[in-house]
Amino acid sequence: MDSLEPSLYTVKAVFILDNDGNRLLSKYYDPELYPSMKEQKNFEMNVFNKTHKADNEIAFLEGMTIVYKSSIDLFFYVVGSAQENELMLMSVLNCLFESLSQILRKNVERRCLLDNMEGVFLVVDEIIDGGVILESDPQQVLQKVNYRADENPLSEQSVAQVLQSAKEQIKWSILK
Amino acid sequence: MIKKFDKKDEESGSGSNPFQHLEKSAVLQEARIFNETPINPRRCLHILTKIIYLLNQGEHFGTTEATEAFFAMTRLFQSNDQTLRRMCYLTIKEMANISEDVIIVTSSLTKDMTGKEDVYRGPAIRALCRITDTTMLQAIERYMKQAIVDKVPSVSSSALVSSLHMVKMSYDVVKRWVNEAQEAASSDNIMVQYHALGLLYHLRKNDRLAVTKMLNKFTKSGLKSPFAYCMLIRIASKLLDETDGGHDSPLFDFIESCLRNKNEMVVYEAASAIVHMPNCTARELAPAVSVLQLFCSSPKAALRYAAVRTLNKVAMKHPSAVTACNLDLENLITDSNRSIATLAITTLLKTGSESSVDRLMKQISSFVSEISDEFKVVVVQAISALCQKYPRKHSVMMNFLSNMLRDDGGFEYKRAIVDCIISIIEDNPESKETGLAHLCEFIEDCEHTVLATKILHLLGKEGPRTPQPSKYIRFIFNRVVLESEAVRAAAVSALAKFGAQNDDLLPSVLVLMQRCMMDSDDEVRDRATFYMNVLQQKQKALNAAYIFNGLSVSIPGLEKSLHQYTLEPTERPFDMKSVPLATTPITEHKTEIASVATSKLPEKLAPSRQDIYQEQLAAIPEFQGLGPLFKSSEQVQLTEAETEYVVRCVKHTFARHMVFQFDCTNTLNDQLLQKVVVQMEPSESYEVIQYIPAANLPYSQPGSCYTLVRLPEDDPTAEIVFITFSCTMKYLVKDCDPNTGEPDDDGYDDEYVLEDLEVTVADHIQKVLKPNFGAAWEEVGDEFEKEETFALASVRTLDEAVGNIISFLGMQPCERSDKVPENKNSHVLFLAGVFRGGHDVLVRARLALADGVTMQVTVRSDEETVVDVILASVG
Repeated sequence: MDSLEPSLYTVKAVFILDNDGNRLLSKYYDPELYPSMKEQKNFEMNVFNKTHKADNEIAFLEGMTIVYKSSIDLFFYVVGSAQENELMLMSVLNCLFESLSQILRKNVERRCLLDNMEGVFLVVDEIIDGGVILESDPQQVLQKVNYRADENPLSEQSVAQVLQSAKEQIKWSILK
Repeated sequence: MIKKFDKKDEESGSGSNPFQHLEKSAVLQEARIFNETPINPRRCLHILTKIIYLLNQGEHFGTTEATEAFFAMTRLFQSNDQTLRRMCYLTIKEMANISEDVIIVTSSLTKDMTGKEDVYRGPAIRALCRITDTTMLQAIERYMKQAIVDKVPSVSSSALVSSLHMVKMSYDVVKRWVNEAQEAASSDNIMVQYHALGLLYHLRKNDRLAVTKMLNKFTKSGLKSPFAYCMLIRIASKLLDETDGGHDSPLFDFIESCLRNKNEMVVYEAASAIVHMPNCTARELAPAVSVLQLFCSSPKAALRYAAVRTLNKVAMKHPSAVTACNLDLENLITDSNRSIATLAITTLLKTGSESSVDRLMKQISSFVSEISDEFKVVVVQAISALCQKYPRKHSVMMNFLSNMLRDDGGFEYKRAIVDCIISIIEDNPESKETGLAHLCEFIEDCEHTVLATKILHLLGKEGPRTPQPSKYIRFIFNRVVLESEAVRAAAVSALAKFGAQNDDLLPSVLVLMQRCMMDSDDEVRDRATFYMNVLQQKQKALNAAYIFNGLSVSIPGLEKSLHQYTLEPTERPFDMKSVPLATTPITEHKTEIASVATSKLPEKLAPSRQDIYQEQLAAIPEFQGLGPLFKSSEQVQLTEAETEYVVRCVKHTFARHMVFQFDCTNTLNDQLLQKVVVQMEPSESYEVIQYIPAANLPYSQPGSCYTLVRLPEDDPTAEIVFITFSCTMKYLVKDCDPNTGEPDDDGYDDEYVLEDLEVTVADHIQKVLKPNFGAAWEEVGDEFEKEETFALASVRTLDEAVGNIISFLGMQPCERSDKVPENKNSHVLFLAGVFRGGHDVLVRARLALADGVTMQVTVRSDEETVVDVILASVG
């Protein structure tokens, strides 16, 4: 029980939750671990309840080692077995976070993440394949995914800004 | 750059989720635009994202609708938009299991995987392998081999990882790619190196020699990837463990050298590997402990956690090795991560001196309510260990535990506390009354049926022997009034034990019993009526058989026998003796102090090893007339380690026969063995009736052959129970091609001499636990009692004598008499068992220490020959 069968299958699950504990993305790589959707969501809720208050980086729940990180209204989790090397799990978590942070131009928050969901799916796919760590260097991941969020996302706020600056310009051109 | 599709219609305020109100049917409707020409990559991309998002949320797609969407999606391969193509791969992977005919994309993926666009090649390989089966894999084998050795790292990695996933399904195909994987292992890219190593190990893990060679190669040449180093450390420590390699082996040196690696991950992996090695000496542990000590002050929480968790493990076996870290651990007590703090305190509890216990306990109680149940269990386990170390502290502990028992907590947590209290009670007779009082209080308000029944059982066992048994009656009877059926039934059984053992309480117990006979539940009523009638007889033997010492048969066995009995109507009453006995009597020992990692144990009543054997043997026609299996021995090795053939023997005892099961493994990959039998040369009265050969024994696939032997009719001499067989394995050898396993047509006979096999008295006796030995002793009576005195000259201590007797006779020690109190010169050992044929045997051995050990053995049984056999064998 104590010693670990040497294997590349390091990651049992990875998930991203919002600040109400809702699933935004989750992947389970071990078919024996929580096979049903209901069990998965219960597990995610339990993990969220135990971790969202304090940013402690690491927890041990339901017999699993969980490393996590939060950013504004997002929570990132990587799950491994109790015997797993915690630092390996951390390297996956860090790579995930760094890659997403780059893709989202440092706006690691829920809205921006959802607007770029395809990029998020691709990043996760490049970091972990079926539980095996495929890549742990964020630069490599970015290169492989080759995806960037829009330069000027057309949000309401930016529309207002554009209008504002247009007004200013018109105003100055009249006043000139 | 991809422009977002028109978000305005969905943007009903920032912070809302654009995917929130997705309807599956609407999304599938939208997917029709996949068929429009020209393809609009932007919109298609967004629809694919929606589909994947829905799948991820657990939305169920029917086969038809999934297949329809999948087929529409295949059209998108015409577009050259990069992100869109990548999302197509993802969709293929997500839908591989829910859509039909996914293989139609094979040619598109094969084209991408061999194409010029490097960005596509890796992901295309991974998607392709996801939808490929064994037959199709052969079709793309050529491409896979090329991809593994491709110079683009992402292609090579993808091919290696996909191959690893395919090993489960198509081992034989992937096995042929070993050479390519070998080449990839010397790649400059760290991930390729790691993946190649992982695949190589998976393909070779059953071939110890190949693994050893691989390790030698990589440990010498050195690796770049820290992940690969971690993998190598794990392989090396597994190999060390399997080969029982001494710690002077080069493998151990390699692991130790990794303690000086630049990367923390590798250093930690090496330290953890050393800590987990069995039989590590303090000197070998020291370097590992000192790197863990450094990690304790790391700013990274994960590293501190890893270090303190591993130190906690060390402290279980080698508390003194961790003492050097006490100061660092003290600093962690106030860590903001409560998991780290708890582990630090529990480690200190194991390493610290008796004087620091009180302080640490106070510290821990200040935040015990803040930590998760998993760690509360760790705390309880630490306390349990502490109680064994410092028995004098049990009153402090008991107080602490009773407070914890009152707090909120889940079942696992409460169970750990109850187990801990029970173990304290068993080890310290003087704490019995306080402990029982706490438990009585706990069951007054306990929502866990399992715990309530467990405690009631304990009260029934221990309560009657306390100075004041009457005070427990009230607690027990309260349960009868208030609780669920299962608890009421347990309470009735507990009451009966009080009545049976304390004559002055009997009248009042009978009155309470009478009241229980009115219960609304059948089980409770039945038990009450049964006990009432037994108690009214006022006979010691009846009490012993039906109240104190329960059934000793295997429950699955009983179920099977009863089922069989109802199938064949007969006049004969059901014979309890035809039921196989339970192999592992409910032990009175406390459970091993489990590590943190055990909180997810499956709670199933697994059939015991013997029940499994029973089933296997029953399936062989030759063994059908033998009756129920009486006992199966542990495996005995009949070959040296590392020889051509590995043979282990399990001895199965039946009422009049023995079956020897030989589990053979052929470790030569160029041989196929056929018609394998193990010929046995018995002495005197034993007679070999039949050999049942193993038809085929290919390389590394274990097979079993059997030998059936008739036991001599009961002959009260030692020969019948102590005998040696010489064994020879005979077989037909066919040479075969090591790679394909294809055998030659002709073979030749050969034989192989095995080590001798012994049958001892322990093979004829099954362990049975009699919770109340005194009562059982009276029940059997002294009709066939015999007594003899022996001098055990070679034995120096009482502990050693007790251990020898138990293992020699193979009987169950009762009343915890296997533990010799310290500083005593005499001891009484009680043993119980059942002899082949269903005769109860009880042994009382009085031991006295004086210049060697003198032993007076008294044996009782309901059959005279059995008594003679045991005495003869001891002599």
